[in-house]
Amino acid sequence: MITRRNFLKKTALGIAGATLPLAALKIIDPKKLLAEAAADKSSAIRWVFLVDTYKCVGCGLCVKACKLENEIPYEANVTRTWVERYVLTKQGELLADTPKGARDGFTTTKIDLGLGEYKNVKNQDIEKAFFVPKLCNQCENPPCVQVCPVGATYQAPDGVVLVDRTWCIGCGYCIMGCPYGVRFFHPVYRTAEKCNFCYHRITKGLKTACVDACPFGARQIGNIKDPNDPVTKIIRDQRVGVLKSEFGTKPQVYYIGLDEEVR
Amino acid sequence: MVHGELWTVKELFVLPNEYIYWSIQIVMYPFMTGLVAGAFVLSSLYHVFGIKELKDMARFALVFSFALLFAAPMPIVLHLQFPFRGINVFMTPHFTSAIAAFGIVFFTYGAIVASELWFLYRKHFVDVSLALREKGDKTLGEWIKYLIFCTLTLGVYDVSGEALHRDEKAIKFLAGLGIPVACFLHGYAGFIFGSVKANALWMTPLMPVIFIMSAIVSGIALCMLTYIVTMEIRRMLAARKRMQPGRRFESMEEIKGVEIHVIKMTAKYLLSFLVAAISLEILDLIFRGYTALKSWDVLRSVIYDRDFYDIFVMQYGIGNLVPLIMFLLPGMTIRRAVLGVMFVLFGVFMMRWNVVIGGQAFSLTFAGFMHYHLPIVPHDWETFKEGLFGALSIFAMPFVMFWVISKIFPIFETKTAH
Repeated sequence: MITRRNFLKKTALGIAGATLPLAALKIIDPKKLLAEAAADKSSAIRWVFLVDTYKCVGCGLCVKACKLENEIPYEANVTRTWVERYVLTKQGELLADTPKGARDGFTTTKIDLGLGEYKNVKNQDIEKAFFVPKLCNQCENPPCVQVCPVGATYQAPDGVVLVDRTWCIGCGYCIMGCPYGVRFFHPVYRTAEKCNFCYHRITKGLKTACVDACPFGARQIGNIKDPNDPVTKIIRDQRVGVLKSEFGTKPQVYYIGLDEEVR
Repeated sequence: MVHGELWTVKELFVLPNEYIYWSIQIVMYPFMTGLVAGAFVLSSLYHVFGIKELKDMARFALVFSFALLFAAPMPIVLHLQFPFRGINVFMTPHFTSAIAAFGIVFFTYGAIVASELWFLYRKHFVDVSLALREKGDKTLGEWIKYLIFCTLTLGVYDVSGEALHRDEKAIKFLAGLGIPVACFLHGYAGFIFGSVKANALWMTPLMPVIFIMSAIVSGIALCMLTYIVTMEIRRMLAARKRMQPGRRFESMEEIKGVEIHVIKMTAKYLLSFLVAAISLEILDLIFRGYTALKSWDVLRSVIYDRDFYDIFVMQYGIGNLVPLIMFLLPGMTIRRAVLGVMFVLFGVFMMRWNVVIGGQAFSLTFAGFMHYHLPIVPHDWETFKEGLFGALSIFAMPFVMFWVISKIFPIFETKTAH
């Protein structure tokens, strides 16, 4: 017959006994392990992107190259990078569009209004017009990483935010959390997908597919930790801007000639 | 086809990757957790605050809350692109995410409800298993029932007055503990939305509080509705039984229908929480208009123009104002109560809809809009689970569960432990 006193005694003893060997174990943060493994490499690199909007003509070759390089189904209406067209009329009206993410470039002067409607703006009515390429900002303080419930999306030591397709549960919280709308579900893998600065290329010393594809040099990638990097020099001594800084995400895609109308 | 493309129609300047990714199942998720939390709070009103008029309702609400609990995480699971990977949340919880702790909060809450139920029905389990033990040749069904109830007693057969008194203390403690946990469970669902800084409509610290208030409203409403319906069905069955020859005469206790004073009392609590919920929502709306941040232009056109019908007619009008008047008018009848709570439930559902779908009705550019078209007729798994029938299945689930678990936890036996 087990008495209450005995039961409590034995339980206490059991717990104490179980705690001893457990105390010998140490909880290791996997991030720490990864960081240690990559410490010597990581400390020297922080990838950043520079877009010169004055040089962009909206040909869409970057989008096309990106889709092919990163195996985003060509006809799918999602894309890792895209180009936006902004038209401000003399009447003060703002029109903007990005048909199919500008995969095929802007081949017509008609502005896509959605729902199959288009608006033609005459040249003489245009006050100013320009193109703005967009891609993942590889934020220093990425909200997508913050909200992922399983840690399937994470920031590499060199600043690029990556997605683990084998671990993503597809809840879409990261898609909701991104203020820049760069994330989507991959049509084939069905996991969260985004621009990763062509991580498979840049880690091998190559440029991203979009940088290579741009005939006008509107897109550049660089390492902000290297003071001799031409991109770093421009960011340091020219007037550049970032998108939606009010969200506190510290975006790392810098723009030359950013207009206040850019969304 | 890209996920979300099927039910999203874009208008004006919308970014290429923007779709309505969170659709009907994410509307169902806060709706269902809200019902769970509300039902529990209703049952605690009796156990903790000793509101005697709610005694019948309390037991009913607790069992129903337990039934709802099983359905609450289903919408999220169905919504996932990889439902079977949902377990990853427990394996590698990433605690900076508001969703990561859902499982922990949910199971804590589930454990509280289950323990409270156990204490409440402990005597019943003992009675049934002892009665079956003494019975001679048991049929297979009786054997199974015996085994189930024996297991449910957890080996405790002490039903002395002292032990039962201790049970009651435990119930009171658990009911008290459950209130903050239930509020946390649902406030937490509100936090999941309120903390999304990228979404101009969702981001407000009021969101968790608004969610809690409307949760309690919906929970009470559903309990009232189910209570009335089951009571009426019972009465009808009893009446039919009585008509058959050779049946024993049913006592008055068994055939009594809904008691109007229970309904009146519950409706009072429903009303006060409804007023709190509406006030908070209106405060949020006024505050947005008054501060008129950058996003206000697009929000205004969504709230006052595009979604005007959904928000002001369906939610505030039919869902809030009409039942408010119905409950305030003197001379309450069962029929009016049923109609009123149905409107309330509809109103809370529309509130969830307007938050979840309305929050995605405008583009991140603030210069474009997205329209949601709920898939009605399913033609594959995706259009089923993200469509009308997926949502209806989720809504039907707790009623089926309720029917199943009420076999173990009889809600109408007035003579048991309590």
